Amino acid sequence: METQVAQVAMTVNGTPRRATVEPRKTLADTLREDFGLTGTHLGCEHGVCGACTVLVDGAAIRACLMFAVQADGSEVVTVEGLAPAGGGLSAVQRAFREEHGLQCGFCTPGFVVSLTAYLRDHPMPSGAELRDALSGNLCRCTGYQGIIAAARRAAGGMEDQ
Amino acid sequence: MTVAGRYVGQSVRRQEDPRLLTGHGRYVDDIVVPGMLHAAFVRSSVPHGLLRGVDTEAARALPGVAAVLTAAELHPGLHPMWQTMMGQDAPAAPFRPLADADVRYVGDPIALVVVESRYIAEDAAELVVADIEPLPPVLDTSAALGDTASLVHPELGSNLAGELPAAGSPELDAAFASAALVATETFHQHRYACVPMETRGLVAQWDPAGEQLTVWAATQGPHEFRAICGRVLGLPEPRIRVIMGDVGGGFGQKMFPMREEIAVVAATRQLGRPVKWIEDRNENLLGGGHAREEQMTVSVAADDAGHFTGVRVEQLENVGAYPFPGNGSTAMAGSMIFPGPYRIPALSYAARAVYTTTCGRCAYRGPWMMETVAREQMVDLLARRLGMDPLELRRRNVITAEDLPFTTASGMVYETVSPAQTLEQAAELIGYDAFRREQAAERERGRLLGIGLALYIEPSQSFGPLGTDGATVRLEPDGRVALVMGTASHGQSLETTMAQVVAEHLGCDLGDITFVQGDTAYVPYGAGTGGSRSAVVAAGAARQAALALRERIVTLAAAVLEAAPSDLEVASSAVGVRGDPASALPFAKLAGLAYFGHAALPEGAPVALEVTERFKAPPFTFSNACHAATVEVDATTGQVSILRYVVSEDCGVMINPMVVEGQIAGGVLQGIGGVLYEHMVYDGDGNPLTTTFLDYLLPTAAEAPAIEYGHVETASRLPGGAKGMGEGGAIASPPALANAINDALAPLGIHLTRQPMSPAAIVAALTP
Ligand code: FES
Ligand code: FES
Repeated sequence: METQVAQVAMTVNGTPRRATVEPRKTLADTLREDFGLTGTHLGCEHGVCGACTVLVDGAAIRACLMFAVQADGSEVVTVEGLAPAGGGLSAVQRAFREEHGLQCGFCTPGFVVSLTAYLRDHPMPSGAELRDALSGNLCRCTGYQGIIAAARRAAGGMEDQ
Repeated sequence: MTVAGRYVGQSVRRQEDPRLLTGHGRYVDDIVVPGMLHAAFVRSSVPHGLLRGVDTEAARALPGVAAVLTAAELHPGLHPMWQTMMGQDAPAAPFRPLADADVRYVGDPIALVVVESRYIAEDAAELVVADIEPLPPVLDTSAALGDTASLVHPELGSNLAGELPAAGSPELDAAFASAALVATETFHQHRYACVPMETRGLVAQWDPAGEQLTVWAATQGPHEFRAICGRVLGLPEPRIRVIMGDVGGGFGQKMFPMREEIAVVAATRQLGRPVKWIEDRNENLLGGGHAREEQMTVSVAADDAGHFTGVRVEQLENVGAYPFPGNGSTAMAGSMIFPGPYRIPALSYAARAVYTTTCGRCAYRGPWMMETVAREQMVDLLARRLGMDPLELRRRNVITAEDLPFTTASGMVYETVSPAQTLEQAAELIGYDAFRREQAAERERGRLLGIGLALYIEPSQSFGPLGTDGATVRLEPDGRVALVMGTASHGQSLETTMAQVVAEHLGCDLGDITFVQGDTAYVPYGAGTGGSRSAVVAAGAARQAALALRERIVTLAAAVLEAAPSDLEVASSAVGVRGDPASALPFAKLAGLAYFGHAALPEGAPVALEVTERFKAPPFTFSNACHAATVEVDATTGQVSILRYVVSEDCGVMINPMVVEGQIAGGVLQGIGGVLYEHMVYDGDGNPLTTTFLDYLLPTAAEAPAIEYGHVETASRLPGGAKGMGEGGAIASPPALANAINDALAPLGIHLTRQPMSPAAIVAALTP
């Protein structure tokens, strides 16, 4: 069996990256294995848990459901690319810490990326809209209490900016 | 009420968060070792059958395949496996990492393929062909008990995995003979699972030259992992290094390495190359361990005022094929804990655990919790038969402050519990009486509203091997503090809370502490993070070590300052003469003297600024809580909406209230998930039907009620006053919710005794 490979090039967290991958290799595995960005987590590999969420050309997508070759030429942002340059935490990340929005932290990158994109597009969501926006990600530790509070806090904070 | 300290009692934000929030955690799947191979399992698609042969030829021929191992290749040379907590002679399923001669559930691992890449590993696994001659599945627990023709484990001669005989008493017989009312009901709980968001996984590396095994594992207890590797491979424990980095939840599933982990460790030893296995979600749901499937029949004898006079319990547990640990039975714990928050003068508790051809049971947050699930539903059912409000019936039977110390019918001794207070606090917080009025009015208008309560007493488990934990506290040369512990925090926030305890008692700044855990080469022995024991046992060790180091630092400072130790005070990482701030010597200065400037120190001044202590806890410390839920049931769709959810908790002195509430919330949602959404379904032929997140439904943020908390703070008798509380949220939420649903359905004359209480189940009950 001849293994096919393809060249992919994309900008990841502002840095141009290249990799040689099998066409069937997912974007999530490429980010984790070829680019060493292990913040993108795999909780199900079938598109339900949201742990693998990254931004591709600004849109939050499930990196377990996209092949790396589909992201060729794209601008990708992972959880590692959200904190301000020079360290510290983004507003969403700060809100998660403040509100105890994480315990084991495995689901956290997916929530942080999803919420960052959602609040960028919906600066003044209602509580119900926020719950709905968060319902595409699964967390087993927090009972969502801290996550919902963090989302509210981050939404409020974004209004201020 | 205890006054909060500088750190203890404060909702300090977590130390672990910045790395986890920015994608810099280090979970097991992030580990890459040079030369590492990837493992995938070939699993049985048949629930029960004879394994006639395994054709591995095509798989072996695939480029990149290093090995395809079946039982015949993997098992020779392996030694018996047993868990420390269970002991060597405890009843258990036969130990075999891979299926050998027959398969005993869908998912039973038949072969292990070890390949250059994970993608090709899965290709190779698909090429392995197992020839299985089906046998009748063993599924029905009651039928399986008497069945000697169809055995899950033929070598055991019976499907009975364990039995706890009833220990009756003349008092109990008398209680039933003279009861004004005897109520009997059987409650069923369905199969659901831990489902940590990170599945199981490990990287194992055998160094043939040094005869050393290194394992990076997603585990709740690296030392137990090491012990089991040592037993199975016949290696001395110090030759094995188990390292846990960040772990993405466990809830019991990662307390003990199971068959797959052991198979991977055996494979690395055989192949002499590092092997990584990361379970996928399908495998995790199919074969990672299930829980909760059991039934319990409760008979209560009561006098005419509703006082319980005696209780008989019979439990039937489905432990699947290969339970972990031991035989998977939780009956021993359940029998001790059953009386819970009530005065029950006489009790008998009988149980049987049954092997079936399904995935084995594993520990899940409050593994014995059926006792609370059944007991609390029984209280409501009895109240209904008596025509009494369930709150009133609980008030009549609950253990009050005047009853303490109280010895239960099962011999547990409570000294510092407060079930009556939490009952009243929860009732107050949820507005019990006002809700009853609203409910009556809404019933007139056809709305089905209900309220449910559940009380429980939660043991932190520190008996036997769980009874001690160790901590090393070291003042480093720069005056900062290393805290090295035998804990295995995997979401419980111990990196923060243990540092809070040390900062409080050592007198240093919290930011000066660096917490290290999870490497058996360096940390004190620890029994693992589980059993709600960390706030009791681990915090006890941290406190004891901090105080011992503080004493040493004070002795050193006293020698330097030529003052009496009793005149010194420690604050903010400095020691000085009380009332003379100018005299204060920073820890950095003292450390410099001890490590480098010791020639100038007076004779006898201590230079060893490192202390290791082990704390030995009493076998049980009890916390307690009351959960209260209000719901609305839609009679047309069967949909249950949770209107409010209140938890009143007494876990003694809280180290970090934010973390306590987080633990409660996580447990509550797991319980809600269990009652309303989660169901690991097997069809009538023994095939699992819910092996993806599209079928096995976890609650999301959209289904999560806002949880409201009340705290009662009754210090335990331990130094520090803490009690464990990690499991209770998942223990009391199912009965609280079930009671609320049944209360809502009461006008229709319906009382559900089976979970899940899904819309379909409720509609079925409503349809005559
Ligand atoms: S891993 Fe991609 S959605 Fe779960
Ligand atoms: S914090 Fe553990 S899964 Fe969300």
